[in-house]
Amino acid sequence: MSTSAQEIENLIAQDYKQGFVTEIEVETFPPGLDEEVIAKLSKIKNEPDFMLEYRLKAFRHWQTMKEPNWAQLNIEPIDYQSISYYSAPKKKGDGPQSLDEVDPELLETYKKLGIPLDEQERLAGVAVDAVFDSVSVATTFKGKLKDAGVIFCPISEALQEHPELVKQYLGTVVPETDNFFAALNAAVFTDGSFVYIPKGVRCPMELSTYFRINAANTGQFERTLIIADADSHVSYLEGCTAPMRDENQLHAAVVELVLMDNAEIKYSTVQNWYPGDENGVGGIYNFVTKRAECRGHNSKVSWTQVETGSAITWKYPSCVLLGDNSIGEFYSVALTNNYQQADTGTKMIHIGKNTRSTIISKGISAGKAQNTYRGLVKVGKGAENARNYTQCDSLLVGDKCGAHTFPYIEVKQPSAQVEHEATTSKISEDQLFFCQQRGLSAEDAVSMIVNGFCKEVFKELPMEFAVEAQALLGISLEGSVG
Amino acid sequence: MLNIENLHVNVGDKIILKGLNLQIKPGEVHAIMGPNGAGKSTLSHVLSGKAGYTITQGKVTYAGQDLLDMDPELRAREGVFLAFQYPVEIPGVSNIYLLKAALNAIRKHQGLDEVDAMDFLTLVKDKIKLLQMDEKFLYRAVNDGFSGGEKKRNEILQAAILEPKLCILDETDSGLDIDALKVVANGINSLRTEERSFLMITHYQRMLDYIKPDFVHVLADGKIVKSGGPELALELEAKGYQWVEEKVA
Repeated sequence: MSTSAQEIENLIAQDYKQGFVTEIEVETFPPGLDEEVIAKLSKIKNEPDFMLEYRLKAFRHWQTMKEPNWAQLNIEPIDYQSISYYSAPKKKGDGPQSLDEVDPELLETYKKLGIPLDEQERLAGVAVDAVFDSVSVATTFKGKLKDAGVIFCPISEALQEHPELVKQYLGTVVPETDNFFAALNAAVFTDGSFVYIPKGVRCPMELSTYFRINAANTGQFERTLIIADADSHVSYLEGCTAPMRDENQLHAAVVELVLMDNAEIKYSTVQNWYPGDENGVGGIYNFVTKRAECRGHNSKVSWTQVETGSAITWKYPSCVLLGDNSIGEFYSVALTNNYQQADTGTKMIHIGKNTRSTIISKGISAGKAQNTYRGLVKVGKGAENARNYTQCDSLLVGDKCGAHTFPYIEVKQPSAQVEHEATTSKISEDQLFFCQQRGLSAEDAVSMIVNGFCKEVFKELPMEFAVEAQALLGISLEGSVG
Repeated sequence: MLNIENLHVNVGDKIILKGLNLQIKPGEVHAIMGPNGAGKSTLSHVLSGKAGYTITQGKVTYAGQDLLDMDPELRAREGVFLAFQYPVEIPGVSNIYLLKAALNAIRKHQGLDEVDAMDFLTLVKDKIKLLQMDEKFLYRAVNDGFSGGEKKRNEILQAAILEPKLCILDETDSGLDIDALKVVANGINSLRTEERSFLMITHYQRMLDYIKPDFVHVLADGKIVKSGGPELALELEAKGYQWVEEKVA
């Protein structure tokens, strides 16, 4: 009559609503990677010479590296020569100068994804950079932002318009030698967003980038660079989706944030890449390096992520707290279902005095999925009075999934305070029955319990995204009672 | 309202109910008393649709429908309410959120629109006074960190808002001190109407001092072995369950 343990699992059936393919003429490089491909890529983007040198340096270093294997993940070997490193919708003439000239197919794609780009229907108060496979296809509200002195554009455009800024900051937070996937990204990244907030400016609207993988057999290598100069403030959001395909696709991104004195960046992610089907076929490999460097005193960076997609997620958005009194925060919800795997967490590196960090991680595991929290809290010798609070909660749905927690703590400063709390719980049959006895369907009950579990993280998301994130969990948990 | 005929229930291989008969008419208050292990809680679980029970014989009709054929949420939406003996905790989900979601699920089933946010707040604040609860309870997670008495009050608050047709109270008096018992009993009494029926399951007479039943039944060894008026409860209190069991044997 009511819901048994096995049936609870059936409640978490996936219904991936962004799995469609856009039929559009594209220009795609043949699969394979060598120095020639990189040179061609740099040329097609008309990049300044320093970029090609940077890419080649990264590529040469990458060739000496091995894939990392510390994570609690089963990864089928990736053949890097079978991937195409560039795919872009064919440009008509010189490419779109304004939104009116953007291919209607692309506008339609984003509209279907709930991201209207055309003038009449734009999201109020949110500027969007739309990245489609390897290129940015549109950026909204550029004029309004320019008036405020804010630069928000595709990084490829920043390389044309503001090469000195890119050169000054690119690779300074995540060097091209940092790790295997970061090195690969540095060699072949195609597009992403560039943001510069000048001194004393509070960005007048939310900035967001919507990443879409469309082409088959391509990798998406995006690069985002955000610089918040002294006394500035910005809130940035990113969303990601991809079509349903049987092959795994690689997404290896690098995000660098630079914060000067008193600057604040709030970086929110709702990651909903295609997770693969219920048998674990297909899905995106999401291998991402995200790092923020609080260079200035009293600066504050806050990462909030809701990870529901991808076959495999490997990412640890980190904060390097260099400036005295700087603050790092990490709020994460990672939901894995079916055969999805996630190994995610953060690194808080305390270097400056009185630096503080907070980590709130909520992992939800269903089906046969494995969900791992991996986090490092490091307090250097000079980080007097550094403080960290970590809370790691895991929720299991059904009895075939797994939750793992690997906290690493290294403290070299005696005045530091580091706290770690962890819990693991399971949605119980009694909880479900109680909700059903009050008139709720089992699906709604699971969704309500999961949303309740994630509340501390959702309240950190900007309003528009909090609603989307809740709906997303609702969709991921949609299904029928067995 | 509710008609239970010859109900036989197993849990695994164990036979718990062995031919239980009971009829409840609209507006009636029935008390079921009995020793531990007689099958009192099993009865409340079977009526509300909890998993894990096998019905081997008999039938239960509720408002003309086959109750045992309905999913638990459908029973709830049709007006069957169980006040749990051990209310569960749901961390992170606020009381008010659950109340609103439950009320809307029931309203939707009745073909009504979702309740207006302001109307709902007025309704809840009105009912919460009845149970002498602080408004803070509304914003705390469901039963999370509540004392035993607070949990029981919370159950009655839910009944007051969801307005069921049949209220099953499973040992609502257990774990309450005398003051809390009075508050809960007052809350329950305020819910009594000409149409609403109650099935009260309890060990002790003391609950019945505050909520006067129309009928008292003694459940022993899976059957109702004796029925009577309120005076039966007093007799039981004086003589103990052994008295009934011996008479039956």
